[in-house]
Amino acid sequence: MTLTGRAPRTVAPGTGRRGGLAEASTKARWRRPAGGGDTRTALLMLAPALVIIGVFVVYPIVGTGYLSLTSWDGFSADKAWVGLANYRHLLGDEAFRNSLGVTVAYGAGVCVLGVVTGLGLAVLLNGTFRGRGAYRAVFFLPVVTSSIAAATLWRYVFADTGIVNAVLTGLHLPAPNWLGDPHLALVSLTLMTVWKNLGLNIVLYLTALQTLPATLYEAAALDGAGRWAQLRRLTVPLLAPMTFFVVVEGLITSFQSFDLVYALTGGGPLGGTETLGFLTYREAFKLSHFGYGASVAYAAFALVLGITVVQWRLGGRERWAL
Amino acid sequence: MTATPTQPGATARRRPARLLPRQLLLLVLSAVTVAPFAWMVTTSLKSFADVYKAPYLVPNAFHGSNYVHAWQAAPFAHYYLNSLIMTAGILAGHLVIDTLAAYAFARLRFPLRNTLFLVLVATMLVPQFVTILPAYDLVIRLGWYDSYAALIVPRLADVFGIVVLRAYMASIPKDLDDAARLDGAGPWRILTLVTVPLCRPALATVAMFSILYSWNDFLWPLLVTSDDSRRTIQLGLSAFTGKYGTYPHYLMAGTVTAAVPTVVLFLFLQRAFIRGVASTGLKD
Repeated sequence: MTLTGRAPRTVAPGTGRRGGLAEASTKARWRRPAGGGDTRTALLMLAPALVIIGVFVVYPIVGTGYLSLTSWDGFSADKAWVGLANYRHLLGDEAFRNSLGVTVAYGAGVCVLGVVTGLGLAVLLNGTFRGRGAYRAVFFLPVVTSSIAAATLWRYVFADTGIVNAVLTGLHLPAPNWLGDPHLALVSLTLMTVWKNLGLNIVLYLTALQTLPATLYEAAALDGAGRWAQLRRLTVPLLAPMTFFVVVEGLITSFQSFDLVYALTGGGPLGGTETLGFLTYREAFKLSHFGYGASVAYAAFALVLGITVVQWRLGGRERWAL
Repeated sequence: MTATPTQPGATARRRPARLLPRQLLLLVLSAVTVAPFAWMVTTSLKSFADVYKAPYLVPNAFHGSNYVHAWQAAPFAHYYLNSLIMTAGILAGHLVIDTLAAYAFARLRFPLRNTLFLVLVATMLVPQFVTILPAYDLVIRLGWYDSYAALIVPRLADVFGIVVLRAYMASIPKDLDDAARLDGAGPWRILTLVTVPLCRPALATVAMFSILYSWNDFLWPLLVTSDDSRRTIQLGLSAFTGKYGTYPHYLMAGTVTAAVPTVVLFLFLQRAFIRGVASTGLKD
């Protein structure tokens, strides 16, 4: 990456074989047929993808909006139109406000901790030394583990009789009820999510770190900057574009996070970990409020979009250069 | 790999004094990261009486019977099979359909090409729960509830794969395409004979992400299946937790069962995996 943080123009290097075939390009080229021929081929090639994505992704996105204006229960034949009633209800709904708070706190926690741990560990892992690959693999293990397996596991790790409390007690520290207290449960969920995504963030930051020019650091050291100053003044700012990427990933992950919530706490206790995604599920599939659930989903969607746009304006522009 | 930021003059030499605190820190942090897994495996091999007793992280008994019992208590073999079928189906779909679409975006010219691509990319920002309600309704009305079709068809194509493949294809020089065209090849033959063979790294990346995603998927299968004959391993594990919550040793045996395939796959394909993830961090 250059000083402006702009990523290199190419992605994973193509093989670009040279040799005999290169000569062909200098000979007279056969012009490809004008626009029309390409269009038909393109249509054929795109058809399967467009059909699948159109039917099962794009249509539902619009469909949810439509559903949010009805009071459908999920199985009746007709969907009664109620206009904006669901949204009006949202504004006064205690459960929605709780869920909003939970989701924002969860998202913030996951993003901040994700950046700190990802960047920190990437800096530690940056360099050549023995066992580096092994460490990287270890940190990546939680990423490839299924959310259900991971959350099931952590339910026991965080239990009163689990190893976390066993260690704390051994160190004569208080051993709280990690999953029994509504606020603490959200902390537990956040910690577990950060653990789960650790390897991902590390690899992303490592990739970015490796494009930073060493000459900058040499110059800084010559000017008397110690390692800590180098980290704060050079590394962190230079990695800003990747931080933006990691934050957006963290937001999307935490907003989507259904599996982890379901298996760790089931949304509880007392709604302490009920993220907007979980509320949508509960309203639609447990309480048969498909219409209302759809409005919750759309509200959450608006939130994600809003935050992403704000992020983008605050400095992600360079990285995305759309 | 470009030079890494270190103290001047220390680029190649190892400096043991500097390295030690770093190694120590990494050791501690990786031990903490791995501890839950160690607990999981250890517990899955204990007898019930020892579950809440030390040692916690290192197995001192090897009750393989826990696994046998777990596999008898719930149809884990069925669950495995269903997960395999679903994963294979989705993988095949992604590799074929995403490649076709990516080629069209990368190499063909047609009206609204860039707009269409942007629209697809935009859908990646949409959280899953925004699409599940109408998708669920549609699947029910198609009569696909409790079927492989419900598990596979809606996910036969995905935008992520298209983005990765398109980016990679765009970086392949067009000279080869032109040479093939001189030999009379049309876009389909160029795609299959020239482009695809060159896309192996990108295809590998897409394959890994697809397998990972499908095997670990939970919400959608939860919504569209209810019968054990179609349940996937993640659903099976979740249901198992309900019944065997108070028997951690059996439950952990089940959890290990659910987690093992992707972990093993990862351990064998580490470099490729991590390279794949890294490549998504580099935007074109």
